[in-house]
Amino acid sequence: MVRLELNVNGRKRAVTAEPRSMLLYVLRNDLALHGPRFGCGLGQCGACTVLMDGAAARSCVIPVSAGVGRSIVTLEGLGTLEHPHAIQKGFIDEQAAQCGYCTNGMIMTAKAFLDENPHPTDEEIRQALAKNLCGCGTHLRILRAVKRAAKEMA
Amino acid sequence: MNASAPSLPSRRQFLTRAGVLVVGFSLAAPVGDLLAASETLVDLGQPSAGELDSWLAITRDNRARVYSGKVELGTGVKTALSQIVADELNLPMANVEIIQGDTERTPNQGYTAGSKTIQFGGAQLRKAAATAHQALIEIAAKQFSVSPAQLVSDRGVIRVKGRRSKQATFGELIGGRHFSRKVDAHAALKNPDDYQIVGKPLPRVEMPQIAVGKFTYVQDVRVPGMLHGRVVRPPDTGAVKIDATVESIDESSVNGIPGFVRVVREGSFVGVVAETEWAAIEASRKLTVRWNSKPSLPDQDELYEALAKSPSDEKVVTNEGNFATALPQAAKSLAAEYRWPFQIHTSIGPSCAVADVRDGRATLWTASQGVYQLRGALADLLGLRPERVHVIFVEGSGCYGHNGADDVAGDAALLSQAVRSPVRVQWTRADEHGWNPKGPAMLMRVKGGLDEKGKVVAWEYQVWTATHVTRPGAIGQARNLLASQLASRMTPTGPMLGGDRNAATPYSFPNKRCVTHWIHTDDAILRPSALRGLGSFANIFANESFVDELAAAAGQDPVQFRLAYLSDPRAINVINAAAKQARWKRRSWSAPKLTADGVHTGRGISYLRYENQNTYVATVAEVEVEPKTGTVRVKRVVVAHDCGLVINPNGLKNQIEGAVLQGISRTLKEELKFNSMGITSLDWMSYPIITFPEVPEVEIVLLNHPHEPAVGAGEPAIAGVSAALSNAVFNATGARIRTGPLTQERVKSALAAKVASVRRTT
Repeated sequence: MVRLELNVNGRKRAVTAEPRSMLLYVLRNDLALHGPRFGCGLGQCGACTVLMDGAAARSCVIPVSAGVGRSIVTLEGLGTLEHPHAIQKGFIDEQAAQCGYCTNGMIMTAKAFLDENPHPTDEEIRQALAKNLCGCGTHLRILRAVKRAAKEMA
Repeated sequence: MNASAPSLPSRRQFLTRAGVLVVGFSLAAPVGDLLAASETLVDLGQPSAGELDSWLAITRDNRARVYSGKVELGTGVKTALSQIVADELNLPMANVEIIQGDTERTPNQGYTAGSKTIQFGGAQLRKAAATAHQALIEIAAKQFSVSPAQLVSDRGVIRVKGRRSKQATFGELIGGRHFSRKVDAHAALKNPDDYQIVGKPLPRVEMPQIAVGKFTYVQDVRVPGMLHGRVVRPPDTGAVKIDATVESIDESSVNGIPGFVRVVREGSFVGVVAETEWAAIEASRKLTVRWNSKPSLPDQDELYEALAKSPSDEKVVTNEGNFATALPQAAKSLAAEYRWPFQIHTSIGPSCAVADVRDGRATLWTASQGVYQLRGALADLLGLRPERVHVIFVEGSGCYGHNGADDVAGDAALLSQAVRSPVRVQWTRADEHGWNPKGPAMLMRVKGGLDEKGKVVAWEYQVWTATHVTRPGAIGQARNLLASQLASRMTPTGPMLGGDRNAATPYSFPNKRCVTHWIHTDDAILRPSALRGLGSFANIFANESFVDELAAAAGQDPVQFRLAYLSDPRAINVINAAAKQARWKRRSWSAPKLTADGVHTGRGISYLRYENQNTYVATVAEVEVEPKTGTVRVKRVVVAHDCGLVINPNGLKNQIEGAVLQGISRTLKEELKFNSMGITSLDWMSYPIITFPEVPEVEIVLLNHPHEPAVGAGEPAIAGVSAALSNAVFNATGARIRTGPLTQERVKSALAAKVASVRRTT
């Protein structure tokens, strides 16, 4: 176990962890950030997605040591109940969830994508989310939410 | 969430009345002033369904606190149930709070399953709310010295008509007391024409919290002193009979893992407990366990032969006229065999639970569909009396049936009992894919006869299926928990249920028979239980595909062919509504000319009435098929849906959209792979599901009947998808694919044969 300093949601956070342990567990268990979710531990579903230096990253397969010196943003760092981010608001307005377990990954992936491509076509949104899985079948609402957010942010 | 571990005696108020110890369940509600005036005391901490106070309390600040045994599984029922109660009470929606699934607070409403939450749970809450409203009117009548007829209620206030000064809120009227009366089965219900909240597309109450990461799932529950556990599984992954036994465990293999606590072993149940989640993960990976095991499952290629040969109990579901004599007299007869594989629950979050088993008591936080049923099983597992086990529901990842939620609670309970500390167990992806109960594979054989005019004169449907229900029961059913199956070498059991769902044809064919061959649970190969739609998924695939085959053989339009055998106006309406929305063009059947390089388009329809007595669904699918690659692209799906009274049209559409997309996923992609040892589909690469680029447009037509009972909507629409798609593939290509799923590989090889035969004949 070693002491590490992480930059999470704009704040410096000191944690004691196994350097090889995955970032997801440190975020959830040590920093009590429950936006990122455990889905597969294999980088296959996207539920654990966070932003690292602005890029979407799967925190279940990234060792915590690799997060040192990077800017990490979780779902909680995007917006709040009082002031949700435009993408979060898009999801609320489109009622884009059933169980909501995949929502974190969808919003975080969309954030990194829209930052790169603020005026996407419908097909580009589908491709951007192609590696994020949803089991409940909420895809159509999620697509509408991202599209709405893109318009809002443009 | 930091759920502080509740000390049970302080939550359960033990009171003495007439010398008898009774427990006031309602008192567990944190409403101090309810406590003082309580007279309504119910035995054993189990709320009595007959008592109004078991269902509903009105607080002084004019809020309704609703105790619901039905729970939110991601379907929006918390919102819909709130709408029902708010409307029946004439109280703003924002003033309704729902307490869900808690064996010390909520009544036992059975499982939240089978699309029965609104149908039954909603009806029970509506009755309770109507009784409470009646009681409030009576109290107001007394207080204002007027007759009840002179009173009106609106937005939580009762006033005397025409006299503004005489009014009081519900909270003021009840004054922090219990209602102390029975739920009145004959309480006058509000006329649906007067609904103001029911029928509105109100947003899900949880949505803002979900979007900002503030929603608490069971995976987020943390209690003081909590340790982390993982289970180390034997090699016979997912088998209904787990034969493997532990030969040896080398505990030195986990030496040196910081925070490691101990290995727990009971029979073939092997677990590790550690102070941190990472240490538990490391220990579960590193622990060296030698198993005695031998391959015992049939080869996957022999699955359907194995089902047909399995010992089974035959049950005749319907038998009208005389099929045996009618079929040989038919001008034309057809026979076909349909096959559907094992499929899994595709919940994105693997199951999780926290257990605190100490000092002869147990508290569990779980996403179980039935807290009371799980309580019975856990009590049996732990050797405790049920009333010493407190089971609290917390939302989990999407639940499409009997997934690992109950099992992981059993795992956590055994580990916690062993280490005498609270233990959280988070299943891995491989645990969930491999070890949760599976939607059983099914085999369907259908025969039909047509007369010379193309009218159906004989119909026989036979299905081979294991039970679709091996849930933990209320008492003595620890054997249906995986932990017991491992610890005590038990096999699951269940009543023969679900496999015959929608097996019987809804059409008015003469001379029809329907027979179910119930495969014994021990011979089910993989552990079977409820997956969304249960047997209806495969039964509608076979029934509605075969109807399409008969229509084609008769040279008739598939829509008109179905309508000819239906008389129920709602059935006819739902088919016509789907056909109209899809701009269905009447057709007579002729085989399409297939070319290997072309893209072929087609449309198919299916119809069902869920469980042959509830929701009506008609589905039209449009597909593009590429013979060269075997790719089936779904372009558009239209669903017409009649579930009686619509509570929340947006929530309902969300459910139907989800059913369609999950239905496409199950129809085109999902097939659980196994070998003679056990399941080999243990991640999303080996068990792929639908992705964003594969999602079609979905159009939904809701047929609302405000004066008909509201029936279920979670499951019905998924059952119609597979046949609509397979019928569309047939329409596009002339190839009838009778084995699910319609994977690229399967479609490609079916079409290769077709293309070859077209070439030969031209």
